[in-house]
Amino acid sequence: MSAASAPRSGWDSPLRRGLLLFAAMFVIVVVVGLVQGTASILLILTQATGFALIALGLNIQWGYGGLFNFAIMGFLMVGGASTVFLSYPVNMAFWESDGPMMLGRALAAFIVGVALVMLARRVDRIGIRGKWRAAVVALAWFAAYIIYRTQIDPAAAYIESTAGFVGGLGLHPVLGWLFGGLVSAVIAFYIGRISLGLRTDYLAIATIGISEILRALIKNMDWLTRGTMTVSPMPWPTPLPQHLQAAGMSIPDSFMYARLMFLGVAVLILVIAFVLVQRAYGGPWGRMMRAIRDNHISAASMGKDVTGRQLELFVFGSILMGIGGAILATFTQIFDPSGYQPINHTFMIWVMVIVGGAGNNWGVVLGAFLIYIVWVISDPLAQLIFLNLSQLTSSIGWGAIPEIDSRALQMRVFVLGVVITIALRYAPRGLIPEVVKRG
Amino acid sequence: MPLIELKHVVGGYGGAPILNGVDIAIEKSDIGVIVGPNGAGKSTTLKAIFGLLKVTGGTIEFGGENIANSLPDKLVPKGLSFVPQEKNVFTSLSVEENLEMGAFTRSDDYSETMEWVYDMFPVLREKRRQPAGELSGGQRQMVAMGRALMSRPSLLMLDEPSAGLSPRYVIEIFETIQRVNQEGVGILMVEQNARQALAFASKGFVLAQGQNRFTGTGPELIADPEVAKSFLGG
Amino acid sequence: MDELIFFINRVLISGTVLGSIYALGAIGITLIFGILRFAHFAHGDMMTMGAFIAFVLATALAAMGIILPLPMAFVVLPVAMVLTAILALGIDKGFYAPLRARGAKPVTLLIASIGVTLMIQGLIRLIFGSGTKSIYVAGESKDIFRFDMSWAGGSRPINITEPQLIMFVLTALIVVALHLFLTRSRLGKAMRAMADNADLAQVSGINTALVVRVTWVIAGSLACVAGTMLALDVALMPDLAFNIVLPIFAAAIVGGLGHAYGAIVGGFLIAFAETLAVFNWTAVLRPLNAVLPEGMALPANLALVPTEYKLTVAFVILVITLLVRPTGIFKGAST
Repeated sequence: MSAASAPRSGWDSPLRRGLLLFAAMFVIVVVVGLVQGTASILLILTQATGFALIALGLNIQWGYGGLFNFAIMGFLMVGGASTVFLSYPVNMAFWESDGPMMLGRALAAFIVGVALVMLARRVDRIGIRGKWRAAVVALAWFAAYIIYRTQIDPAAAYIESTAGFVGGLGLHPVLGWLFGGLVSAVIAFYIGRISLGLRTDYLAIATIGISEILRALIKNMDWLTRGTMTVSPMPWPTPLPQHLQAAGMSIPDSFMYARLMFLGVAVLILVIAFVLVQRAYGGPWGRMMRAIRDNHISAASMGKDVTGRQLELFVFGSILMGIGGAILATFTQIFDPSGYQPINHTFMIWVMVIVGGAGNNWGVVLGAFLIYIVWVISDPLAQLIFLNLSQLTSSIGWGAIPEIDSRALQMRVFVLGVVITIALRYAPRGLIPEVVKRG
Repeated sequence: MPLIELKHVVGGYGGAPILNGVDIAIEKSDIGVIVGPNGAGKSTTLKAIFGLLKVTGGTIEFGGENIANSLPDKLVPKGLSFVPQEKNVFTSLSVEENLEMGAFTRSDDYSETMEWVYDMFPVLREKRRQPAGELSGGQRQMVAMGRALMSRPSLLMLDEPSAGLSPRYVIEIFETIQRVNQEGVGILMVEQNARQALAFASKGFVLAQGQNRFTGTGPELIADPEVAKSFLGG
Repeated sequence: MDELIFFINRVLISGTVLGSIYALGAIGITLIFGILRFAHFAHGDMMTMGAFIAFVLATALAAMGIILPLPMAFVVLPVAMVLTAILALGIDKGFYAPLRARGAKPVTLLIASIGVTLMIQGLIRLIFGSGTKSIYVAGESKDIFRFDMSWAGGSRPINITEPQLIMFVLTALIVVALHLFLTRSRLGKAMRAMADNADLAQVSGINTALVVRVTWVIAGSLACVAGTMLALDVALMPDLAFNIVLPIFAAAIVGGLGHAYGAIVGGFLIAFAETLAVFNWTAVLRPLNAVLPEGMALPANLALVPTEYKLTVAFVILVITLLVRPTGIFKGAST
């Protein structure tokens, strides 16, 4: 077994292919850097690093486990909101008001509600069964909802009108990122527990629905997240450009070095995650996961706890998504719930994983960087094309093309669609396909 | 010239071939029965004729024309019909709609054919408005056969028509098959109930590992001690 | 009486409008799932595409000086339906059929439909910009019919707009036509047969390629109607229908995927659930204040769910349905 799964001789074709592709990406990065400036490419690279972390998370779920997750956007929002709560400065106006007490009451109401539902689920012990039990449970849910609403509504209204929102705890941003991962893990555990038994396509629809529910909650719970009013500026774990400027650095340099330091931290986290994920993939745990993915039934019949293992994958993947979402929110310094879109934050990650090569961590990281760069440079490229076209149309008397800026921005959505279509058609296993090792 | 003639057919689902040279010839008046152990390629042979898997070698001649790798919507109008073993009725469609689906390729008036089918299976006339999914196993088999007959085929192929039926229904289904044959429809069927089916077969084919082992009339094969020993359970 | 009129205006009429739109979209999704076995995420954008086609045609006609008493979007609808159906066929041939031919899994087709979504959205925004447009061309306005209810003691009228009225009639016609097609015509029966058992349909000699084409034609043209209706009722924008594709999926799933009538019922169910959930019951129950003891007056807002969570109602129903009864309220083609 060990002999068969040992890597094939060093300089074989998948490795060469991978190295070539990474070299090509490096060239693209250098070219974009030369054209757009160093500060700009550092911005792109930092965000791409965040997305690579998220894509690794999806690779754990889809590449390793064959679990469909369309709720990525939801986890990114959870990560962002969590890091706001932990790292944003303390809002004394809230803590000195009646807000904490009212929230405490709401929490108590929540617990009462949960207890009510749990009790209702046990009515079969006293002989209420079948449809009657279902009715009692539904009633309990309804009652719990009403009880919670009676407490949270006034609390929310009070906080929003006095303190604005609860603010943060003022802790270090890196703690905020970890907290983002933790909260994502808890949410993923419950989502996974209830929905992983579904067939793949139903799972896709269910998770996208859950993602939208999360978005609606985070967007509208103004007392907690400030909702559409957005939270900014978020503190960085590394010095901000303003700090460097205060220390006497020139403005362009300050942006470059500040971003470089942030990028360093982000890359460090990506490398740690990558090493852990890669080791897990090669180890017995990864082998079992692939066995489950490739053949559910036989794995189950061999006594593997299929649902338990899948839940692990789902939770681990979501932790990376939460951390990635937190890093992205911290980096942009603003948490804006209405800025999250399924296209940018769910589907793009899928394109990264599929184009890169589901199941292959190297491929996925490559895909993440490549797709993010394509996504970002589609806009200026399209502007360039449009401007030239516009000159052409106005020179032949059709007039200039209106609204070039906003239209060109949409080019990237189209390009993303074309890329995924081409990938599915001509390279369904990705640029660096999973190396199938038969143990 | 036989109605259908398979000459050394080789084929499978892409991997290693399952059929390694099957020879079968059936006249219009024949009831041909294919028997053999599990995995011998019996059902696969029928599917190969019906274009449901890739034929990579040999020829399948039907009415003097090579039909290998033709798809069902071309084969049905030529006079071939197939009753699969499982899931062979449209459960959510009524019995009558099931029959109509069998006549999909016909553009002429098929009401007479439907009467013919109803005469053959009177119970279906009674239940023609009922969803086929509500019928018993035996009745479903009748719907499946009726559907296949609606295209007025010259060759009817059945994959284990007696599977899962109670012994009383098995006899009834076999009688019906003989009746259909007397109406001028050639029959080619695969059967697990080998001894019972060979008893009325005018052509019998014993397949093993995707090849013909023995060929003869049904009674001949039953009488052959070697066939009896290896394939008919003593 | 006024309370009842308020209820009719706020719940009955707007619920029926939304239900019609959901139902027409859900029929397409459910038929595609029944025949091709994959969740077609690009359906919302097919609706948007249809609405934009109607918009272009209406604008063109208005520019030629053709003005009729009806909203032009309705006048051009038949042509727009045909064009959308042709585009739907083209999308299938260009993007889905090659994957099917390769024997791709349904989930690959699902991802491919995401790719189609992105391309359609990108193209629409490239061509039309990302702003909101009005599908009422050349200064048309929504005519409002006011049914005077004074004969029944009401002081306010029942309000219904002309487009809404046309929508009801059109939806009813389409549902009847679809029913007749599925139960009377040979092709419609073949479609039900293929949704029931695709392998047997093929074995029976049913021209499955034809059935697939018919499915896209129906799904595409109904998507065009639904999208145009939505644009008439709300406004025309590039992410018009992408935002409601999930409620539409909810409708199809609640009704049982693959089940055309289920999709219609599911569409109205989801629409009314949304409308009722955000409905302020105080408006109807206010007379009770006279009976209730002092200090027990109804609160000013007695909606089950705050308005901003309206779409969330559909998602919650969707998720609960998937978890509790994934085959839908009617047994759908779930296997």
